[in-house]
Amino acid sequence: MTQPLLDARALTKRYPVGGGKRGAMLHAVDAVDLTIAPGECVGLVGESGCGKSTLVRLLARLIDPTSGNIFLDGADTTAVSQARFVTMPDRARIQVVFQDPSESLNPSFRVFDSIADPLKRLLGVRDRDKLAAQVHRAAELVGLPRELIERYPHQLSGGQRARVGIARAIVVEPSLLILDEPTSALDVSVQAIILRLLADLQARLGMSYLFVSHDLNVVRLLCSRIVVMYLGRVVEVAPTEELFTAPRHPYTRALIASIPDPARRGEARPRLDGSPRSPIDPDPNTCRFYGRCPTGTDRCATAMPELLRFGEGHFAACHFA
Amino acid sequence: MSRAATLGRNIGHAFGENRLTLVAVAILLVLLVCAAFGTALAPYDPLMTDSTAKMSPPSGLHLFGTDALGRDILSRVVVAARLDLGMAISAVVLSFVLGLALGAVAGYFGGWADRIIGRLMDTIMAFPLFVLAMGIVAALGNSVLNIILATMIINLPFYCRFARGEVNVRREMGYVEAARMGGNRALPVLVNHIIPNILPAMMVQASLNMGWAILNAAGLSFIGLGVRPPTPEWGIMVSEGASFIISGEWWTFVFPGAALVLAVFCFNLLGDGLRDLLDPRRRV
Ligand SMILES: Nc1ncnc2c1ncn2[C@@H]1O[C@H](COP(=O)(O)OP(=O)(O)OP(=O)(O)O)[C@@H](O)[C@H]1O
Ligand SMILES: [Mg+2]
Repeated sequence: MTQPLLDARALTKRYPVGGGKRGAMLHAVDAVDLTIAPGECVGLVGESGCGKSTLVRLLARLIDPTSGNIFLDGADTTAVSQARFVTMPDRARIQVVFQDPSESLNPSFRVFDSIADPLKRLLGVRDRDKLAAQVHRAAELVGLPRELIERYPHQLSGGQRARVGIARAIVVEPSLLILDEPTSALDVSVQAIILRLLADLQARLGMSYLFVSHDLNVVRLLCSRIVVMYLGRVVEVAPTEELFTAPRHPYTRALIASIPDPARRGEARPRLDGSPRSPIDPDPNTCRFYGRCPTGTDRCATAMPELLRFGEGHFAACHFA
Repeated sequence: MSRAATLGRNIGHAFGENRLTLVAVAILLVLLVCAAFGTALAPYDPLMTDSTAKMSPPSGLHLFGTDALGRDILSRVVVAARLDLGMAISAVVLSFVLGLALGAVAGYFGGWADRIIGRLMDTIMAFPLFVLAMGIVAALGNSVLNIILATMIINLPFYCRFARGEVNVRREMGYVEAARMGGNRALPVLVNHIIPNILPAMMVQASLNMGWAILNAAGLSFIGLGVRPPTPEWGIMVSEGASFIISGEWWTFVFPGAALVLAVFCFNLLGDGLRDLLDPRRRV
C-alpha cells in the first residue's frame, strides 16, 4: 500500500466546560483514526454538533489536539505546537474552506488582499506582478470575475464569497483541501454550482479532498470513501457505493433512510427516537449511540464497540454489525 | 479606480450624510490654524501688559476686551490653542497607542498577560481619575510634560479595556483562523488582520475622549497644578477671570471658556463623523 498523504491516529480533543462542575470535559473528538491517500476524496458526514468542524481544525493544525498524532507524508506534524506550525513549510499543504464564507473573510481586506495574503506569508511571493498573476489565476480557476477583485467582502454575494474562500485556499496549491460544509450557508441553486466547481477543481488540480457535510447526497457525488461520525467518534468507514448498498452501523442506516427519496414517498421510514447522549464526560464503556439505537441491548451499555473490519476498506463500530 | 479617488468619495459620503460633521471640521480647522499660526495671527503680543487699558470691555480695539493687566484676551485665547490642543492631542495619542498595544495583547493572548494588564488598569481606575492626575502632577512637578503624562495615564484604562474587548471577540472569528492558516503568526494576525478592524471604533472613542482630555489638561491649570501664569492657557485664563464673575467683567472668563467648550464640542461631533467615514462596511 502506498503511504497515505494524511494519517491521523487516535486524535482526541476535549474542551473543559466550566460552570460549577469542576473538571467536566466535553469530548468533541474522541480517538479518531483517519487516513487520506494522495488525490483521494474522502467524505465526512454526521449530524450537527458531532465534532466535524473540530476534527477539521485538528487536521488543519488550527487547534492542538488533547492527544493523538497527525502524520503528513509520514512526518509527525503534531511534534510542534499549532503556534509553531504556522511558520512550517507544511502549513501551505493543508488548507481549509470554512463553513461560513462571510465570517471567514476579513471585512477590511479587498478580495485581492484576501487571496494574496497566504501567497505572501506561506510562499514568500513578494514581487507585485507575480503576486497579481497568481491571484488572478486563482480567481479565474474559481470563476470569480476580474472586476470583483478590488471589492470588499460586503460588496459580494454569498456565492461570490464562497468562491473567494476557495480561491484563497487553493492559491498556495495545497496537497489536501478540507472543505467544511462549503455550501451549507448558500442558496440551493448556488450550492449546485459551487459543488460542480469543486468537483472540477479536484479533477484539474489533483488535490486530496476531505469533504465535510451533514448531507449524504452531496458527499456521494464527490467522494470515493465516506467516514460517518457520531458524537465525536467514527462509527463507520466504507467505499461510497458499499456504504449506500450495505451499511453496517444502525446510525448509517438511519442517515441513509432519512434521505428524501421521491420513489419511497409515503412509506414509513425508520426514525431515530430519543435524544443524543451528552458529549460531556460520556461513559467510556457505553456506545455513544445507545439510547437512540433501534437495536441497543445491555451489551451496548457495558462495552464500547470497537471499529472492526467488514471488508476491503469497510469498518464499523457496532456489536451487531 | 484609484484608492485616492475612493477615499475622496468616502469622505464626501460621510459629510453628505452628516452636516454637523462639516461644522465640526470647520471648527477644527479654525482651531488648528490658531494652533499653528497663533502668534502671527494674534493682533497683540499675548504677554504684553498695558496699564492704560486694564479691564476694558470688548471694543473695536480689543475684540474680546482686556484682562486685569491690560493684556489682549483675543490674542491670549488664539495663542493658547497650541498649548491646550497640543497637550490634549499628545496625551490622547499616547494613551491610544499604549492602550491599544496593551489591550490587544491582553485580548489576544489572554492568560497571565491578560491578568497582569487587567490588574494594572484596575489599579488606575481605583482612584478618582482627576484626583489621580492632580497627584501625578503634584508629585512630578508642574510641567507641560507631566500634564501630558498624567492625562495619558488616567485615559489609559479606557483605551486598553476597549481594545481588549474588541480584540477578544475577534480572536475566535473565522477570518482570524483563516489568517493563521494563511501563515500569519500572532503579531501579524494582530497588526494586519485584527487591529485594522477595530481602529474605526477606537478612533471614534479617541475623538470623544479628546474633549475630556482637553478639559482635564485645562482643569489641572485651572486649579493651579498645570502650566503657570503668565503663559496663555485657557484653564488659567478662566481661573483668573473667575474672580471677576461677581464684579461683572464677564469677558475675562467667557471667551477662554467658550474656546474650551467649542473645542470639546468639535471633537465630540467629529467622533460621529469619523465613525461613518471609517466603517469598512460603508466603503465603496
Ligand atoms: N472552542 C470550543 N469550546 C468548547 N466546546 C466546543 C468548542 N468548539 C466546539 N465545541 C463543542 O464541540 C462539539 C462539536 O462541535 P463542532 O463545531 O465540531 O460540530 P460540527 O459537527 O461541526 O457541527 P455543525 O454541523 O453544526 O457545524 C459541540 O458540542 C461544540 O459545542
Ligand atoms: Mg461545523
